[in-house]
Amino acid sequence: MTQIRSTGLQIAAATVVSITAAWMLPQILELFALINATVFVSMSLLALSLGLVWGFCGILCFGQTAFFGLGGYSYAIAAINFGDTTGAVPIALLVPTVIAGALGYFMFYGRISDVYMGVITLTVTLILYKFANSTAGDQWTIGKAALGGFNGIPGTPPLNLPLQPDQALDPRQVFILAVICLLSCYVVAKLILRTRFGRVAVAIRENEIRAELLGYDVRRHKLGMFVLGGVMAGLAGILFANCVFVSPTMFSLSYAGQVIIWVLVGGVGTLIGPIVGCILVQMLVTWAGTLPDIDANLLLGVVFMLAVLAVPQGLLPAATTALTHLVRRTAG
Amino acid sequence: MNIGRRQAIKTTLMAAGSMLAMPAIMRTAALGADPIKVVGIHDASGGLDIYGKPMIACLEFAVDETNAGGGLLGREVQLTNYDPQSNIQLYTQFATQAATKDKAVVVHGGITSASREAIRPVLRRFNTLYFYNTQYEGGVCDRNCFCTGSTPAQNVQKLVPYVLEKWGKKIYIVAADYNYGQITSKWVTKYTREGGGEILAADFFPLDVTNFGPAISKIQAAKPDAVISALVGGAHVSFYRQWAAAGMKKQIPLASTTLGVGNESILLSPEEGDGIVSAFSYFQELDSPLNRAFLDKFQAKFGSKTPYLGGELAMRTYVGFNLWAEGVKRAKSIDRMPVIEALESGISLETPAGKTVLDPKTHHTTVDVFLAEVSNHGFKVLKTFPQQPPVDTASVCNLIERPNENQQYVVNVKI
Amino acid sequence: MDYAVVVALQILSGIATLVIVSLGLAVVFGMMRVINLAHGEFLMLGGYCAILAHGAGINVWISVLALPPVIVGLFGLVVERLLIRRLYGRMIDTMLATWGLSLALIGGVNMAFGNTVSGFSAPLGSFTIGRFHNSVYDMFLVLAAVVLSFSVWAVLRFTPAGLIARGTMQNSEMAAALGVAPDRVYAATFAAGAALSGLAGGLIAPLSGVVPTMGTLYIAKAFITVITGGASMVTGTLTASGLLGTVSTVGTFLTTPVLGEVGLLVVAIVLLRLLPRGITGRFLRQSL
Repeated sequence: MTQIRSTGLQIAAATVVSITAAWMLPQILELFALINATVFVSMSLLALSLGLVWGFCGILCFGQTAFFGLGGYSYAIAAINFGDTTGAVPIALLVPTVIAGALGYFMFYGRISDVYMGVITLTVTLILYKFANSTAGDQWTIGKAALGGFNGIPGTPPLNLPLQPDQALDPRQVFILAVICLLSCYVVAKLILRTRFGRVAVAIRENEIRAELLGYDVRRHKLGMFVLGGVMAGLAGILFANCVFVSPTMFSLSYAGQVIIWVLVGGVGTLIGPIVGCILVQMLVTWAGTLPDIDANLLLGVVFMLAVLAVPQGLLPAATTALTHLVRRTAG
Repeated sequence: MNIGRRQAIKTTLMAAGSMLAMPAIMRTAALGADPIKVVGIHDASGGLDIYGKPMIACLEFAVDETNAGGGLLGREVQLTNYDPQSNIQLYTQFATQAATKDKAVVVHGGITSASREAIRPVLRRFNTLYFYNTQYEGGVCDRNCFCTGSTPAQNVQKLVPYVLEKWGKKIYIVAADYNYGQITSKWVTKYTREGGGEILAADFFPLDVTNFGPAISKIQAAKPDAVISALVGGAHVSFYRQWAAAGMKKQIPLASTTLGVGNESILLSPEEGDGIVSAFSYFQELDSPLNRAFLDKFQAKFGSKTPYLGGELAMRTYVGFNLWAEGVKRAKSIDRMPVIEALESGISLETPAGKTVLDPKTHHTTVDVFLAEVSNHGFKVLKTFPQQPPVDTASVCNLIERPNENQQYVVNVKI
Repeated sequence: MDYAVVVALQILSGIATLVIVSLGLAVVFGMMRVINLAHGEFLMLGGYCAILAHGAGINVWISVLALPPVIVGLFGLVVERLLIRRLYGRMIDTMLATWGLSLALIGGVNMAFGNTVSGFSAPLGSFTIGRFHNSVYDMFLVLAAVVLSFSVWAVLRFTPAGLIARGTMQNSEMAAALGVAPDRVYAATFAAGAALSGLAGGLIAPLSGVVPTMGTLYIAKAFITVITGGASMVTGTLTASGLLGTVSTVGTFLTTPVLGEVGLLVVAIVLLRLLPRGITGRFLRQSL
């Protein structure tokens, strides 16, 4: 009972926060800051996807950006070819699903785990990066969409209302849509974790051999979670492509590393943690970029090192622990 | 790509955006004593800062010079430079910021073609005038955008015949693998064939390749008379190093459409660099009274931090700002459309790079082009070609007849 | 015929570069199971040492071979003491901390030296095979790779220090019971790995040019090579580099550099699928 109530409570709280944000922020933020906020939301969704896969199933995927980029690119290519984003979105969700399924099957049914799986997923995103980077020539065109190589596709079409290709969504509507997507994925993740499937996945994270010995098909569960994470990352890619534009950096090593940083900073093993971690780190990065004399990387690096030494379990768990101690001390 | 639909969307957004922007611009114009906001977007960090920093220095110098001369229309020019840290996504962000938050009257910026194409639509959408001052592959046709850098019909078209005549007809191309490299390679091919030459092969390298060993062996196997390079960026400098290390410097001569722009002449030792030929619309070593005067004042301003002005990017930023300023003076206003119309009325300036004329039909410039070879960490100018018009862009773009054009033509090079 | 020889030499050179670049990471990961994401930056520091020393007029061989390993090795000692030591057994936290270190190093070097530094030409000139010119320095790198691999193997196999190191890695409590201080061993191993990375940076500096971000170009390849190689440090690195280097160079010759790189990555994936514990997880298991 407590568990159900707690999950329900968390979902309710998240819904309230999201609705407030979706309603208030477009009113108080300027256009430019709102577009930025939408980018943050899409990145938080990416962080959430890795947080789910890693924190609740023990899959350290170094290449979550592969699905992020695949979602973005599929969306851009399909939207340019159809002239209408209505058909592009399902395709953009389908491609990462299929690839995640194939890659997951390849890895989990081959009994590959921990570091080696990290390397394979990293390699996959690097392959996609190098491939996308090399598509600058004319021959690299899918239908009407030129892949553009290093430049990416600067003319990524913005989302339009379903079946009305002339009605593009304005930045305010895109922001609201992004918040809705983030909330939905959070709710879906929370609900799945409450089902039998989700609980077995957590058991796998705790001790894979024990779960297997208890008779659960570890490979199937890992594959399922991995695909779910891939779809979420793909959705994040669509939103990102809409606010910025599609380019090979979506697959790059630096982005792949950043996703991991977000989840680590926020706390592995929670769902809110990665979201919070992502937003905090992004704000830190943006702020660091505006400092005139100090190099942004230097600042970030020092912050990360200090964070690990001082708050090793991640921000959110540390914050919750601190809060719990505070509550107990005032209560008792 | 269905241009009609995109046009419709963009027009709607433009209308919406201009409704947002108009009150701001009018407000600024009404309050006479307010400074004129100019925004520069150039990379001051990351891999592209070797290009960005001199451009920023020249832009600052141009603004200071203008303000020292009494400002523009009696008002001070206020420059803000954003640093996208060689990250294209930050380019889009800063362009949006310049247009919507700062409400700048003009944006000078963009270095790589990728960054230009990232911000050009944004600035057009929000009705902010845009000057792109970097040499590039040509073809941009956008009434909101003025491109002051030289294009292949001006630089490549001078480089290739020189190479063919001096060294031979068989050419091997090495280029960076993105749109600039791909398109430049096509232009080199076109001019080579027109000059009776032959392209043995064209190899493309992603921007992060540093190992050119196999490539150098392949070039040797092909036995060209000369190698023309359109390599870009820090990693590609290792090509010239490895080429010299393999002893190829004395075997096959090199020419480049990009060498010099990234201070490669300073980076490479004389054994690695001497003799490589480039063509641009400016070299710091130009011996003209205007250039000498400019360099004196430039040195005086920056002292020991004076950047070397390799290639033309930095100088064209200086010229670009002054062209815009001239347009403002003629229009007697900083509003976008009057300034555009003034710029289209036929403006020419005498600059340290020679005479620059702004072409109304293409929004590009007619410039003097210089051919030079690397010599002891600098350049030695070999030939001068006065007043070369932007023929490549002119063959596809006519903004007088079709003012609503908005695209970059990939000039169809028949090869 | 000449061309075939040239291609073969290029393949050797490609393999050698991979070996040199990966050896430092192999030592640290193989011995300590620490994923040092700052490995690329140690390489970069070594490169800067070489460039700055050479710029100050120091003999090129000392600049490349002697100074980088010493300086970066000392730096590795400091890093181990301040950062890594507190995070043993916590692989994920080590990753985050070393990632932070790598960012800080890139930023710090950028602030200190800016983004461009004068390089220097590769010494030793060129030689010809038939009508093909090649850089002698490329061959020197091959020699360096052989010497380095052999030295690491010899130290581990024949010296008391190597024995102590291997023992500590296998069972640190047992080693401690026998009078060895594990802390010292870990510190020395990390420093050795850092020194190797620094040396690698110095060696490749003349060919590839030194910028603050050069580490990022090599970290992924080094990481993949080490993991594909498996648990054994020297044999694993050698076999993995041999296979991946050949694929990459041949691919580059036959097609384009991109496909060569992609080929390397695809082969790595296939290899890991077939041999989930790396090459030396299956073959040559008892080797070092």
